[in-house]
Amino acid sequence: MSGEPMSWEYAPAPESRDIANLKPAYRMFVDGKFVDGTGEPLKTINPATEEVLAEVATASKADIDTAVRAARRAYDKVWGRMPGAERAKYVFRIARLIQERTRELAVLESLDNGKPIKESRDVDVPTAAAHFFYHAGWADKLGHAGYGPNPRPLGVAGQVIPWNFPLLMAAWKIAPALACGNTVVLKPAETTPLTALVLAEICQQADLPAGVVNILPGAGDVGAELVNHAGVDKVAFTGSTEVGKLIQRSLAGTGKKLTLELGGKAANIVFDDAPLDQAVEGIVNGIFFNQGHVCCAGSRLLVQESVADELLAKLRYRVSTLRLGDPLDKNTDVGAINSKAQLDKIRELTESGDSEGAQKWTSPCPMPDKGFFFAPTVFSDVQQSMRIAREEIFGPVLSVLTFRTPEEAVAKANNTPYGLSAGIWTEKGSRILWTAQRMRAGVVWANTFNRFDPTAPFGGYQESGFGREGGRAGLEAYLDV
Amino acid sequence: MSDRVSVAKTYKLYIGGAFPRSESGRVYAVTDSRGGFLANAAQASRKDARDAVAAARKAFPGWSGATAYNRGQVLYRVAELLEGRREQFVREVAASEGVKHAESVVNAAIDRWVWYAGWTDKVATVLGASNPVAGPYFSFSVPEPTGVVAALAPQSSSLLGLVSVVAPVIATGNTCVVVSSQNRPLPAITLSEVLATSDVPGGVVNVLTGRTGELAPWLASHADVNALDLTGAPESIRAELERAAAGTVKRVSRAGRGGEPDWTREPGVDRLRAVLETKTVWHPMGV
Amino acid sequence: MATPAATELSEVTRDDASLRRFLHGLPGVDQVGVEQRAAGLGTRSIKKAAKLFAIDTAISMVDLTTLEGADTPGKVRTLAAKARRPDPDYPDVPHVGAVCVYPDLVEVAVTALAGSGVGVASVATAFPSGRSNLGVKLADTEMAVHAGASEIDMVIDRGAFLSGRYGRVFDEIVAVKAACGDAHLKVILETGELSTYDNVRRASWLALLAGGDFIKTSTGKVTPAATLPVTHVMLQAVRDWWERTGQLRGVKPAGGIRTTKDAIRYLVAVHEVAGPEWLSPELFRFGASSLLNDLLMQRRAQIEGHYSGPDYVTVD
Repeated sequence: MSGEPMSWEYAPAPESRDIANLKPAYRMFVDGKFVDGTGEPLKTINPATEEVLAEVATASKADIDTAVRAARRAYDKVWGRMPGAERAKYVFRIARLIQERTRELAVLESLDNGKPIKESRDVDVPTAAAHFFYHAGWADKLGHAGYGPNPRPLGVAGQVIPWNFPLLMAAWKIAPALACGNTVVLKPAETTPLTALVLAEICQQADLPAGVVNILPGAGDVGAELVNHAGVDKVAFTGSTEVGKLIQRSLAGTGKKLTLELGGKAANIVFDDAPLDQAVEGIVNGIFFNQGHVCCAGSRLLVQESVADELLAKLRYRVSTLRLGDPLDKNTDVGAINSKAQLDKIRELTESGDSEGAQKWTSPCPMPDKGFFFAPTVFSDVQQSMRIAREEIFGPVLSVLTFRTPEEAVAKANNTPYGLSAGIWTEKGSRILWTAQRMRAGVVWANTFNRFDPTAPFGGYQESGFGREGGRAGLEAYLDV
Repeated sequence: MSDRVSVAKTYKLYIGGAFPRSESGRVYAVTDSRGGFLANAAQASRKDARDAVAAARKAFPGWSGATAYNRGQVLYRVAELLEGRREQFVREVAASEGVKHAESVVNAAIDRWVWYAGWTDKVATVLGASNPVAGPYFSFSVPEPTGVVAALAPQSSSLLGLVSVVAPVIATGNTCVVVSSQNRPLPAITLSEVLATSDVPGGVVNVLTGRTGELAPWLASHADVNALDLTGAPESIRAELERAAAGTVKRVSRAGRGGEPDWTREPGVDRLRAVLETKTVWHPMGV
Repeated sequence: MATPAATELSEVTRDDASLRRFLHGLPGVDQVGVEQRAAGLGTRSIKKAAKLFAIDTAISMVDLTTLEGADTPGKVRTLAAKARRPDPDYPDVPHVGAVCVYPDLVEVAVTALAGSGVGVASVATAFPSGRSNLGVKLADTEMAVHAGASEIDMVIDRGAFLSGRYGRVFDEIVAVKAACGDAHLKVILETGELSTYDNVRRASWLALLAGGDFIKTSTGKVTPAATLPVTHVMLQAVRDWWERTGQLRGVKPAGGIRTTKDAIRYLVAVHEVAGPEWLSPELFRFGASSLLNDLLMQRRAQIEGHYSGPDYVTVD
């Protein structure tokens, strides 16, 4: 037979865009109703095609005030007084409705965000539903959570979420807030407001009392206005460390309770006795999942020198099999970068890697003609002092550094102002525990990476923020304790 | 009794297990509650604060790496030594605070060390968890010390308040830079002498005396400080300190807002929780 | 000429201790990780022309198998006819890779398949348990080869493997390989009895070191037979072997693969784990019997635009 390898091109397998029930215009959700905003409407685009998806109302200062007042009313009159067992049933309903509308939400998320449909379908939406389901059960059991016999809610929560997991982050914020008895005004990210507004529709379908959840689209100024509104008792923010610091500063002296989930520059440490093939999978998952738009991404690979060449060879081959392209295609592994601005930032940092002398390798994958895409990239010969080893790139770019001893690995891993997550790959159990104990990071994945579960607290050390989301520990953020 | 002239004590700072004078050479007069001169205390400078943070950071790996059982014994030892110098503390607290019930305050301070000594090896059980994640993983969460904690000790309660602020910080494995009560610093320095002769490693607790308002901003903005306890911060600068703390996303404990807490009440776990991070670890389960 | 890598590898087979050091020095396999990867890759959606290509490729990779005590020359001839022309209505359907039978029926198969291009594979070496002495196993092999088998599917001594007597397993494979002459040797690891993925990786390397042309998952007589994650580990082994020696070796999952959907999942794994070079019957085979008819029905559905039924393919 011929020695030529057969060429097997996978035919396009796109999920139908119609499933998203995309509407030409979306309105904001205040006091149980969809209303026109008085801010300048924004146009949300599909980052894979650069086409406008829909026009979305945004909130003005007055709208924010209206929403916060609605949330306050709902808190005082209904939600704050409702028995936990009744609150629970509303939150359970939301979980079920998300499950029922999974496919629609997944397609809409991929359209608006650019993430591959297999991720929105298999990760974002199911995990969002799981967060509601998990927290619903807490609503009538808060007295058993270790915060005293009858912990009280805080009141109105102002929540600002990022564009990387739009629905999932909304769930992480809203579910514990409601379970603990707070009401919510949430601002989704400017570039990804759509699924949060469908979630608002779900709140309506769940018959959630008016004002308990309010969704106000808008840009950073709306977020700033919201968190600084005098009627807000609690602020939760997920996003960049830069903005997190601004919020912490602006809330100084107000007594508002604050939790921050910020950036990261996680080390993924591969020891010479690691299960190499699964380590490669974990590295790929760690940095190319969601185009690397993950605060806990394993963006720094620390590999023991004795296996560095072997690992890198395997890694490059594996990365070359990643399929980049149409986010709605079920076979796409790497979708679109969420925005032009983010693409520019990734390019700029990548150029700094070149100019600082790191060795760049880029996947030879074909690139689409339009849309915001960035080919998976691996920098080797990276040194601690380079920008690509220190700054969060928030894109599909991996920096590879080497180490010789476990002590050196730990020292390099911890040598960052961040501290969100870390990865450890070794077959030696005692070394896992030794290393995990020394990681200055809120989440440590050993022989796995990027696993999320509502029962497992998530959050950072140091400049990666404070407070936890998920688990018993996550309730503290929404209780007056 | 006798006409013997007593030997007066020089009150210095406590940094890294040593008792240096302020590098600035400054002192300030400390008076009793009726205005009578008690002693000159060292008036620490920003450089002393910097040295104290460096000492606390240096002590952190060893102290946080010690077993909880060991830390419990070390804290209990502090109570033992305090008990032995009970009368000295009663005199100093009485002089500083002008309270009639100095004895009960000192008793409570000793008992507080005992209380926190018992917490060292329980807090992980109470605040940690095994997480029943939906997948073939073993996931657990453990509380871990946040690192170097800068604490502003309460201004009124010079010993019990101080102990209530410091003990939970070190019980959990953190190291500490504490600014004593500005006008009532003497019990803090005497406590340092207890710490220095106990088994608490040098640098785990560092005590600065001086002007809270002068030292606090340097600690609040210091990039190697992980958490800031505002308990004894003057109302006028609390917001400013919070703003400074935001520069490196410090954990800020706002205790003492609107007045000093009642230190005689059982503390609960709030102060332990305030200086702990939750670390979640995942591992697959397979053969 | 021996490459440095090959020389190095010949060192590791010198004695039991060297083999053990080498096999136990291979990177471990994390069960959860490999199963997750297999499940993830299993969600690839293969449509239209890509599906048709996959179906035809899969058909060409089928080792159409009958390994029953009730086998007869008649049954083998029926199978041979199916192997030559799987779908009488569609002459463009490729013939299968081989027909796989017991040694005593090889001659029947060879005769029935003469000139067809379809290989004749025979199980040998006291299949399926392998519990006999080397003399019997070699005689079994020689009988099949003598009767014209172009491929020999041997079983390893799992007892020896599990008790750490790697040298014994190695020597046996080497001896059988020598007895094969020009016939290709497929080494059945019987992964269902090896229990762990670490063992599957070690057994794969042992078979490759001993000269096996293919590594094969299972006899089909033990549950579990082939699984996707086991096949991932074996595909990784042949890729690693190629990286190290430049030699291409094949993989054959056998048993339990019944549907087109399953087969396509395996092909995706071949494509993405080992690489496109392995998408050929020379380097990948399916040990199956009922799979072929499902592939044919799905092929008809693709071409005819409506679902087919079992009465439209031949039951053989």
